[in-house]
Amino acid sequence: MEIARIVGFALVAAVLSVILRPDKPVFSMFLGVAAGTVIFLSLLDYLAAVLQLLTEMALRADIPHIYLSTLLKVLGVAYLAEFGARVCEDAGEGVIAAKVEFAGKLLILIMAVPLLEAVLATILGFIP
Amino acid sequence: MYGLDVELIFRIAGIGIFISVLAIVLKQAGKEEQAQMLTLGGVVVVLLMLIQLISELFADIRTIFNLF
Repeated sequence: MEIARIVGFALVAAVLSVILRPDKPVFSMFLGVAAGTVIFLSLLDYLAAVLQLLTEMALRADIPHIYLSTLLKVLGVAYLAEFGARVCEDAGEGVIAAKVEFAGKLLILIMAVPLLEAVLATILGFIP
Repeated sequence: MYGLDVELIFRIAGIGIFISVLAIVLKQAGKEEQAQMLTLGGVVVVLLMLIQLISELFADIRTIFNLF
C-alpha cells in the first residue's frame, strides 16, 4: 500500500506548493524539488533490489561485467539528467533544461562508445 | 520503505508561508528593503536544507549506479 502513501504525500506537497506560488514562487520550486527527492529516496530500496537482481541474472548468464556496469552508469546519468532537466523546466527555465538534457545525451553517448566498438569487432569477426 | 519524511516538506512550507506573511507585513509598514532581505534570508535557509537532501540523493545514486 505504499502507493497510497506516496500519492497522499505528493498531493500534500502539491497543495503546499500551490499555496506558496503567488507570493513566493521560489519556495514553491523548493517544495517541488524537495518532494520529488524525498519520494525518490523512499523508493531507493526497491530500485537497489531490482538492480541487484538484474546484476545476478546477468552474471548467471555470464554476460561480461563491462556491459552491465556501463548499462548501470547510463541508467544513472539518464536519471540524473532527467531530474535536473525537469526541475529546471518546472522553474520555467526551458533553455537550461534543454541544455541539461543535451549534456545527458552526450555523456551517455560517450559512455556507449566502448560498447559500440565491441559490437563492431564482434561483427567484423563473423565476416570470413 | 525508506520512510517518507513529510516533516521536511512541512518545514519548508512553514518557512515559506511565514516569510511571505512577514514580507507583506513589512511592506505594509513601508520597509520594502527589509522585506527583500527577509525573503533572501528565508531562501538561504531553505536552500541549505535542500542542499543536504540533494547531496544525500547524489550519494545514494552514486552507490547504486556506481556512477562516479
